[in-house]
Amino acid sequence: MSDIATPGTTADEHGHDLGDLELPNGRPAPAPLPHEPRRADVDPKAARRAERQVSTMFIVASLLVLAFLAAYIGIDKNVVIALPVIGTMSASNLALGLTLGLALFLIGAGAIHWAKKLMPDIEVVQERHILESSPTDREEAISVFQAGATESGFGSRKIIRRSLITSLVLLPLPLVIILRDMWVTPSDSPSPNELLSETIWTEGERIVTDGSYRPIRPEDIPVGGLVNVVPASLEKVEEAEGTLNARAKAASILVRMTPAEIRSQQGGSAEEPWDVQGILAFSKICTHVGCPISLYQQRTHQLLCPCHQSTFDLADSAKVVFGPAARRMPQLPITVDSEGYLVARSDFQEHVGPSFWEQGAS
Amino acid sequence: MNSMAARRRHPATLVVMLLLGLLATGAIYAAVDSGTSAQAADQKWSETQVETGKKLFAEGCSSCHGLGGQGSSIAPTLIGAGSAAVDFQVSTGRMPLAAPGSQAPVKGVIYSQAEIDAMAAWVASLAPGPAVPSDAMLDTSKADLAMGGELFRTNCAQCHSFAGKGGALSDGTAAPTLMNATPRQIYTAMVTGPASMPVFSNATLTIEDKQSIIKWISSLQANDNPGGLSLSRLGPVTEGLFVWVIGLGALIIVAIWIGVKAK
Amino acid sequence: MSAVVKAGGALAEYTDERLGIAPFMKRSLNKVFPDHWSFMLGEIALYSFIILLLSGTYLTLWFKPSMTEIVYNGSYVPLDGVKMSEAYASTLNISFDVRGGLLMRQIHHWAALFFLVAMTVHMLRVFFTGAFRKPRELNWVMGAGLLTLGILEGFAGYSLPDDLLSGTGLRIAEGIVLAIPILGTWLSFLLFNGEFPGLDFIPRLYTVHVLLIPGIILALVTVHLMLVWHQKHTQYPGPGRTEKNVVGFPLLPVYMAKAGGFFFVVFGVTTLMAAIITINPIWAFGPYTPDQVSAGSQPDWYMGWLDGAVRITPNWEWNIGNYSISWNIFLPAVVLAGAIFTALGAYPFIERWATGDNREHHILDRPRNAPTRTALGVMAIGFYGMLWISGGNDIIATTFDLSINTITYVLRVAVFVVPPIIFIITKRICLSLQRRDHDKLLHGIESGNILRTPEGEFIEIHLPLGDKEKAKILGKVDHVPIALESGVDENGVANPKGRTARLRAKFSHWFYGDNVYLPTAAEIEAAEAHAAHDYHEQHAVIDDFRGLEITSEPVLHSPAIGGHESNPHQH
Repeated sequence: MSDIATPGTTADEHGHDLGDLELPNGRPAPAPLPHEPRRADVDPKAARRAERQVSTMFIVASLLVLAFLAAYIGIDKNVVIALPVIGTMSASNLALGLTLGLALFLIGAGAIHWAKKLMPDIEVVQERHILESSPTDREEAISVFQAGATESGFGSRKIIRRSLITSLVLLPLPLVIILRDMWVTPSDSPSPNELLSETIWTEGERIVTDGSYRPIRPEDIPVGGLVNVVPASLEKVEEAEGTLNARAKAASILVRMTPAEIRSQQGGSAEEPWDVQGILAFSKICTHVGCPISLYQQRTHQLLCPCHQSTFDLADSAKVVFGPAARRMPQLPITVDSEGYLVARSDFQEHVGPSFWEQGAS
Repeated sequence: MNSMAARRRHPATLVVMLLLGLLATGAIYAAVDSGTSAQAADQKWSETQVETGKKLFAEGCSSCHGLGGQGSSIAPTLIGAGSAAVDFQVSTGRMPLAAPGSQAPVKGVIYSQAEIDAMAAWVASLAPGPAVPSDAMLDTSKADLAMGGELFRTNCAQCHSFAGKGGALSDGTAAPTLMNATPRQIYTAMVTGPASMPVFSNATLTIEDKQSIIKWISSLQANDNPGGLSLSRLGPVTEGLFVWVIGLGALIIVAIWIGVKAK
Repeated sequence: MSAVVKAGGALAEYTDERLGIAPFMKRSLNKVFPDHWSFMLGEIALYSFIILLLSGTYLTLWFKPSMTEIVYNGSYVPLDGVKMSEAYASTLNISFDVRGGLLMRQIHHWAALFFLVAMTVHMLRVFFTGAFRKPRELNWVMGAGLLTLGILEGFAGYSLPDDLLSGTGLRIAEGIVLAIPILGTWLSFLLFNGEFPGLDFIPRLYTVHVLLIPGIILALVTVHLMLVWHQKHTQYPGPGRTEKNVVGFPLLPVYMAKAGGFFFVVFGVTTLMAAIITINPIWAFGPYTPDQVSAGSQPDWYMGWLDGAVRITPNWEWNIGNYSISWNIFLPAVVLAGAIFTALGAYPFIERWATGDNREHHILDRPRNAPTRTALGVMAIGFYGMLWISGGNDIIATTFDLSINTITYVLRVAVFVVPPIIFIITKRICLSLQRRDHDKLLHGIESGNILRTPEGEFIEIHLPLGDKEKAKILGKVDHVPIALESGVDENGVANPKGRTARLRAKFSHWFYGDNVYLPTAAEIEAAEAHAAHDYHEQHAVIDDFRGLEITSEPVLHSPAIGGHESNPHQH
């Protein structure tokens, strides 16, 4: 207790040296303010009132905990309650949360109120001790360390030291290399850039609506129309693979504009055009970081990504007109099959989705 | 059962069944195909409606769209726009437009439904186009809500957001909120593609699909929030704002209370 | 002494007989903690972390970290029959089929937001008050580490339910990994066990979220608190406070009751928010599939700046031979983020080098008294704010009816222009506050009341400075910039260390050069004597004035004018 002193009283009685009360700028520190008693310190009635307030909070908290139990048992999880502003919400969530939350809050508020009103509020002064050790202690510690280090021969036996360091440097390698099979790669697996560069679209693959898997005829799409599409074989592929990997690359959109509005396309010739009567197919996966985009603004023919606002002009080879994307949206060459349904001419000619290091090699 | 089986063997059965099958297919096709149904639905307009509509159009719309609805340098042609386009644009208050701009703002509706119908009838009489739906087409009682959610997320959420609250488009335009859209407006918007919105034809998004979507949007409008206050359903932005301002604010008030000396 | 207290004593005796911890206990229970609301911000972070551990443990009882596709048939009708991952279905199950499950989820998510908010504001408090200075640099570095881990933990956490929003976030994260030069493609394939999204990422992320990161955070928090304990808390300048003491309340009972109570308050407020406010309504987002997206897709607030940086970076991509560097992604998401956290962790060392200040500091700086640091901090907040706004550019565009393209163009410039302006303004404000403090010490507080002396002179009444205020101002340390040493030695040979020294001196001047020094003790004394004289004179005038006021009072009540004869000095 010797390092505790009470401000407002003469420091000598507590063995506290007032000479210490100096600020770092060399000025004497202003003296501590005298303690002002609270109402509860001088008036027993006020103290009893504070006691009542604190205990009331704790009692109400107990009741709320019981109410929580009652709500848990009594309120069915499917019951909803209509409230102003909020709308319809789960009655169980509301009741459980309010009872538990208020109980917790009151326990906390009670404890704080107790501390503020009834526990001593005289500030105490505690001395700080200099954190660094005394020079002797430090020197001793260092010499103990140096003696030990010398005895070990770590400094003098170079060959031991170097071989140990070498082995310790090499040791993490197995720990890192063992992570290689985080991608369990079949021996015949294509390389990552090959995988990223191909989708399940192939020549003659029917283009079907996303979600309902209906094949589409050119006349189904009016000018200004948009259809979110996937390859017809996607359902089967997904069933076989059990993943959404194929969908993540093959998702596409069809849009239709009047042929006169199309300023340029990414490929095709007069004999083998990539569009069908103004119907164009593009990848739906943004070339920036891969968000699926179909914010097609039919009047300007712009495709906008809701994630980072990259904008592509679909009437002009889907080139980037705004935003952080660097590459145009790949176009899917399409035609109609013998039954008059839209099909792909081939896979995409450029890789879909975000850019990656080896993309030029694909 | 026996009599049925007996009749089935009758030589004429094959012909009758074929005819019935064709009829049924035709009926279904007529209901599904947008072009056919558009014309079919438009035939219900009366001559008086078309006449009234012509007058109303001449007074309120022709200054931009031309007396014959042929359009002008500042307004598109309405020949082939169909009754659905008129119904959507006028019933949402987008038309008549106060001033030309990239996107028609939603204002107060100034025409009665009867007047809108009349104008729709006149525009429909100019050339076939997407037609306003019949009440039966908007009946969502048998629609699949969950399928509606799937279709909504695939086709609509990218612009109107998961909650139908709308979102930003390029150059100051925006996809509007769907919170006040009626089933009829949702339908007519999908078949006509107003402003930036693309057209979702009845061939690629069938009437049943549209009914499901309408049912889903109606459920979004119902303001069901199992977890409580929705914070405008704007996602993590409003949640973050709330926790910084109200949440942290409340805790700092308590922290100040803790630090203040009691009286 | 009550029975409870006696029993406690007996328990302490029992423990000490076995562990010999009496001296430790004595010291600890007497440990003094200074009282200030801003010292509770770190506690909010600590308590939120405890709430996260508790609520998170509950959630693990039902959550299935699996990406296997199933068809949902639970009680949430709008998603009945929809294909989704088990992770998403089990989160729906927690929300709609487990009683109190939704509450736990919402508590967990609100607590996560609180955790990061509290860490951020706690860090700002420590920064602006210079609490990171010697001897507390290590604790600052640990704090920066905790913040980084907290952000990663939060991102991992909200990605687990595999809903459409968080899945979009994961897709973006994968795109960012792909943009890392040379290693990116392989890293992505390792993380996802092949192509995106695969079946393994969420189970892997789950282990990281519930074991790896919380384990490290727990260990760091423990050391962080042990250091606070060992080094004792800093304190604001004030009466009786010096570099060699701590003024406050002992752990037992006051601090324990207040801090313990505050834990319950934080838990209570979090629970109340979870009771009435929806957070992360994954049922409304729908299950993740890589071909769906929602407008207004945003990350949680603490990732918003990163997303914002990605949004406003122009579309730079280099193609060299067969290889590509996506600067448009790599620069904002990897380089910038790495630079920011490195600068954050290194700041105490940079400042110490620049200022040459090697003393221990236990009394906090008032932000105005370190104008350059404060200006740097506010500038950083400004920069962060610009990125934050960029992250919400679409929401801002629709809310305020602006063009998203214009906002983006403006922000591309503003992110470089606004922070320096903020720096200059903040520094000026700090220096004028210092000047005001200087004047206050000499002339007291300006009351705003102007007096006309009988001689016709106008003077403003200055009131004497309160003891608390005076102590606050006097607690300032006048830093002196490092002197500029000559670049050459006495023989005229260039000093090899000269360049560094000159740079350091320049830096130091930049940091402390504009400092307004406190008046000397003698100046204050003289001013106080003078003020006492002034005060006396002014009061004579004030008394006259008051006398007049009193005499004129009846005018308000009755037309009769009187009281001119009354003593002007009466009160």
